[in-house]
Amino acid sequence: MSQELKDDLQHIRKMMEQSSRFISLNGLSGVAAGIIALAGALAAYYILQKNSIDYFQDYSGVGRTGVVTQLTLLAVTVLIAAVGLGIALTVSKTKKQGHKIWTSTTKKLLIALFVPLVFGGLFCLAAMYHGHFIIMAPLMLVFYGLALINAGRYTFSDIQNLGYCEAFLGVIAMFIPGYGLVFWALGFGVLHIVYGLLMYKKYR
Amino acid sequence: MSLLEHLNKDFESRVRLGIMSVLVVNDWIDFLEMKDHLQVTDGNLASHINALEQKKYIEVKKEFVGKKPKTSYKATKAGKEAFEKHINALEKLLRG
Repeated sequence: MSQELKDDLQHIRKMMEQSSRFISLNGLSGVAAGIIALAGALAAYYILQKNSIDYFQDYSGVGRTGVVTQLTLLAVTVLIAAVGLGIALTVSKTKKQGHKIWTSTTKKLLIALFVPLVFGGLFCLAAMYHGHFIIMAPLMLVFYGLALINAGRYTFSDIQNLGYCEAFLGVIAMFIPGYGLVFWALGFGVLHIVYGLLMYKKYR
Repeated sequence: MSLLEHLNKDFESRVRLGIMSVLVVNDWIDFLEMKDHLQVTDGNLASHINALEQKKYIEVKKEFVGKKPKTSYKATKAGKEAFEKHINALEKLLRG
């Protein structure tokens, strides 16, 4: 009798959890995004060196048109590769678990994630347009962190914690201008890999 | 065993518990999505949904998306209250 009641309660909890949170998020998506981000940061560093800009000595050359174009192209490539691979890995995990991907929870998750991201992205573009390259990395980290905190309601709570870390890192980066690339690599590279591995182990 | 009287007979089946659990934490949920969560057959799900609808625990909305009919469900206020009472009774029983 009591076992049956316990099973009932467990079933209720599981159904509530499963229907209100996106639980198929694959930790490996984070690891993949992190590795791509680190590779991107390295590539950015080489682009700067090739243009004879010593990143840690003199930041001023970064604003030259040719360099900005190359870095922008690189950023777009990194973004597409990281998001694409991330989505592919999560979709494959969802399929393996036998769940549907496109549910009302998925929609809520994506809206919660992308509304702050799009506004943040446009804000960053405006900052870039005005030549404020030095605050790009801190801005990206803070907006990304806020987007994750917002989206965390609809998936594992670890995502919310990752969001706090990203936003916090962004604020620190804002206080130490000139080290944007380092903080960017830490936030989008290292943090993604660490959280990805944590979540991969926890929710396999 | 008087505590048992607080358990709602309408929620005795696992499927009905599942339906109510999904509906108290979500707004409108359509049939296919409900089926995906509960992993039961169409007929089984439909009959339990009918029973809950007759008790006025859930609200049903039928609409067309393009040419396809879509039926969605939502828990009524009475349904949420009854379900909450049921869970409280379950918990009380377990605590003994």
